[in-house]
Amino acid sequence: MQTPAPFEYERATSVDNALALLERHGPEARVVAGGHSLLPMMKLRLAGPEVLIDINDLADLDYIRVDGDDIAIGAMTRHAALLSSPVLAEHYPIFRDAERVIADPVVRNRGTFGGSVCQADPSEDLSAVTSALGATMVIRSTEGVRTVSAREFHTGPYETVVGPAEILVEIRVPIRPACGSAYEKVDRRAGDWAVAAGGCFLTLDTGGTVTDVGIGLTAVGAPHFCAPEAEAALRGHPISDEAIVAAAAKAAAATNPATDQRGPADYKRHLAGELTKRALRRALVRARGEGA
Amino acid sequence: MTATDVPTSPVPTSPVPMSAAGNPIGFGRMLRKEDARFLRGKGNYLDDVNLPGMLHGAILRSPYAHARINSIDISAAQAHPKVRAVITGEVLATLNLAWMPTMSYDTQAVLATDKVRFQGQEVAFVVAEDRYSARDALELVEVDYEVLPAVVDATKALDADAPVIRTDKEGKTDNHIYDWETGDSAACDEVFNRPDVVVSKADILYPRSHPSPMETCGSVASMDPVTGKLTCWITSQAPHAHRTVYALVAGLPEHKIQVISPDIGGGFGNKVPVYPGYVCAVVGTIVTGKPVKWMEDRFENLATTGFARDYHMQGEIAATRDGKILALRTHTLADHGAFNATAQPTKFPAGFFSIFTGSYDLEAAYGKVTAVYTNKAPGGVAYACSFRITEAAYFVERMVDILAHDLQMDPAELRMKNLIRPEQFPYQTKTGWEYDSGDYLVTLQATLDAAGYKELRAEQVENRARYEQTGEGTLLGIGLSFFTEGVGAGPRKHMDILGLGMADGCELRIHPTGKAVIRLSVQTQGQGHETTFAQIVAHELGLPPEDVEVVHGDTDQTPFGLGTYGSRSTPVSGAAAAVVSRRVKEKARIVAAAALECSPSDLEWELGRWQVKGDPEKAKTIQEIALLAHSSLELPEGVEGHLDASAVYNPPNLTYPYGAYLCVVDVDPGTGAVKVRRFIATDDCGPRINPMIVEGQIHGGLAEGIGMALMQVIAFDENGNCLGGSFMDYLLPTSLECPSWELEATVTPSPHHPLGCKGVGESATVGSPAAVVNAVMDALAPLGVRHADMPLTPAQVWLAIQGRPARTDLAFT
Repeated sequence: MQTPAPFEYERATSVDNALALLERHGPEARVVAGGHSLLPMMKLRLAGPEVLIDINDLADLDYIRVDGDDIAIGAMTRHAALLSSPVLAEHYPIFRDAERVIADPVVRNRGTFGGSVCQADPSEDLSAVTSALGATMVIRSTEGVRTVSAREFHTGPYETVVGPAEILVEIRVPIRPACGSAYEKVDRRAGDWAVAAGGCFLTLDTGGTVTDVGIGLTAVGAPHFCAPEAEAALRGHPISDEAIVAAAAKAAAATNPATDQRGPADYKRHLAGELTKRALRRALVRARGEGA
Repeated sequence: MTATDVPTSPVPTSPVPMSAAGNPIGFGRMLRKEDARFLRGKGNYLDDVNLPGMLHGAILRSPYAHARINSIDISAAQAHPKVRAVITGEVLATLNLAWMPTMSYDTQAVLATDKVRFQGQEVAFVVAEDRYSARDALELVEVDYEVLPAVVDATKALDADAPVIRTDKEGKTDNHIYDWETGDSAACDEVFNRPDVVVSKADILYPRSHPSPMETCGSVASMDPVTGKLTCWITSQAPHAHRTVYALVAGLPEHKIQVISPDIGGGFGNKVPVYPGYVCAVVGTIVTGKPVKWMEDRFENLATTGFARDYHMQGEIAATRDGKILALRTHTLADHGAFNATAQPTKFPAGFFSIFTGSYDLEAAYGKVTAVYTNKAPGGVAYACSFRITEAAYFVERMVDILAHDLQMDPAELRMKNLIRPEQFPYQTKTGWEYDSGDYLVTLQATLDAAGYKELRAEQVENRARYEQTGEGTLLGIGLSFFTEGVGAGPRKHMDILGLGMADGCELRIHPTGKAVIRLSVQTQGQGHETTFAQIVAHELGLPPEDVEVVHGDTDQTPFGLGTYGSRSTPVSGAAAAVVSRRVKEKARIVAAAALECSPSDLEWELGRWQVKGDPEKAKTIQEIALLAHSSLELPEGVEGHLDASAVYNPPNLTYPYGAYLCVVDVDPGTGAVKVRRFIATDDCGPRINPMIVEGQIHGGLAEGIGMALMQVIAFDENGNCLGGSFMDYLLPTSLECPSWELEATVTPSPHHPLGCKGVGESATVGSPAAVVNAVMDALAPLGVRHADMPLTPAQVWLAIQGRPARTDLAFT
């Protein structure tokens, strides 16, 4: 049994209460939601927060709903809910694709959307999904609410713009008509972190021209988990398999993967291209309404 | 008892009668007796052992692979309010316990005194009032290390400029452990030098892996200061061997040591060795006067306890152009880590690796194994390997497939042509083994038929044509392996561990009401002994298996024997159980004769009863006889009464189970991902005592094989950091990587085992990795791939397609 260092424990009763606790305890306090990243790190003594503020009672942050022109997702929404949501399946099957290959059912029952993106592990899948979709991150503090684009949310590995006395409360994704999306991942085994993964959405006009596109990349050192050059190569141009292949090559070229035991850098760069290509092809089929 | 005394029992052909509880009175499928408690969460594992006043130990481990220890300052840890003792190597040295003997006649540091020699090596032991405090106090121990260059790559361990690891051994100037030879080098040369032979060569690595049982290793040690009795609960596959080693190491009187191995959550060889933590727990209880528990965490288990494999095998195979295999030879480099702590029979420093000639009839064979020290954790024989037959089977089955590749021959046809023929048994191999029985061609054919081999090859032709046209999609691969194992160590004149002969005792007590208690020297880790051994007694005596209690794991309750590993329980202890049952049966005959007022020779045995020949109404059941044996019935002169008996079984030979496996994979060349589509396994382990339990063991072994072939490896970076120290890094296969297993069976009894049974626990682990790797190589053959080492992770497959497969024992670069 691995044992963490001593820490204090507080159980928040509301978002306001959690923010007050964060202010009281200062920067050595950490919010715990699903706990599937933080607690193992504490047990391995790689993390040693002095205070844990448990927000698992904040059920009002657990929702997926259409809110105006957006889908609004509460930060406490569990992976399992993202996987099974009919709203997301209808508008953004990229969530279902990604969630099917995130960890295992036990983790998905506890781990949360907010926790995943705030942990900001470079191999974490939902950061690339939010980056691909151009999501908006809603952050609260006792001062009020602010919003940040998903592509400005991460400041580095394991680092985000969320301050020590702030909490990410919601993720908003704009609803896009005639949209297809998909996520493709290679792992060494079910439940493993990604060796590499790529996700995208694209929208088409009636003439088959790409009106909008977003591409996200996981675990390959892509700045802000996205591939803007590849997106620019597609946006405003007629869609074709040649265009997809060319865009995938641009996505691969812009990565900066690290060699580790999941694979050497050149392999991961290859995967970035291969998986971008496959995701775009699948998204195209979905955008045309030709398949799931 | 010698083998010739053993009466043979024919394999039952008639249906087995059922007991009132619905269990077979003999061999057959029945639910496991032990599962009643496991399914209710009522198992009693090591960490469930809690004694009054018990303290908790934690081990400080080296962060470096190789470093000199300049000083250790324990004062701050000692000042921790909940710490009761801090033990260092210096303290142990005063008790002559700083070093301990290994099971390969080497020495191993219990707590490091001079240097640390692998990352995670034991440096200090802290005993505190609770587990958290013990762990907290580790951070208060100050060790001044001077980091030394580490020997990580085994192929460089013997270089002239390699740092010398074992400076503790006087006069040691290199990292060489031993050279060991088998077979006939000159005879091999003669074959290989013939002008018309085809020679295929390959360098094959079986990388380091880890048994990784779900339950890690641990111990609770409790010294009674009044009686002087030491009781140790240990996660041990071999409690009797552990007790004797404790007596020898610590100088404690053996009759004052009780080793209890409670329920064990998986062993796979990981729980055979004596680990430093066990010794520390004993010292902890002696120093504090309180029971001390030590239980590993996952990192400790993966990074520091008995690893498996780590064999670098250079191979050459010679054959005629039309595919008659003539000879096989290897020079193998064995990486033993920092201490040679392999648990194996004394005369076999490379285990049973010399069985590398496999299932084929060869003219010549030669093997040389060179073993070296490296700055890695010690171990070597573990993970269901049958004393390195895993490495041998993988080696020969890869070599045969590489030969098929080079000859452009179908691998099934090549095997059919070269398998040992049934009339050649008992078969003498060129490396000294006598295979007891086999009908190999039938077994291979059973697998090919079950798989639909011809149809699969036809599908492959289409699949390859499509891939060639489109460059998209997956490639189909079909891989075979045919393995022969030698299990049930072993004949005591050949096999011992640390001088202890590998025979096993057994005691059977029959209560007056006809209920039985059988006491075993072996120790289950999940194999279902409480059921299987009850069924052996049922088979021999006609008692319902629910009336037979199986006692094991406690040295005060059971006779001496060497424990459970190397698939030896049924071959050795199972034979002892049959023999002891037959002794009871013969006693019962005398009692029955006295009661029926006839001569014992007038009686014949019908399952569960002795009856008068020609008059089956005149009979006594075994239950009636049991009561009579304890009654006032007058027995013949010299017959003492009761039915209890004991036996020690010394096997005349190993048993040689075998099997033919076929794996079907779909490989995605675009990503390197491998999907196992089907796995067909035909096993021949002789008669199956409980087919359900046998199948369960095969299922587990096949999953292990997929793990090793596709994902598991303990690699090290250039500084000797272990890269497999958690389940995020050391990947175990899940149900999603495993197809629905397709099992077949053939039954060829062992001629020398009293029940005809052969061991089976490790068969699937031994046989399956080669089938998976052969399948992946077969899939990639159109892309020019001939060999790549395990594990075939997506990255490794992609690198192989690029023509540059990696050394998987080192970090990716």
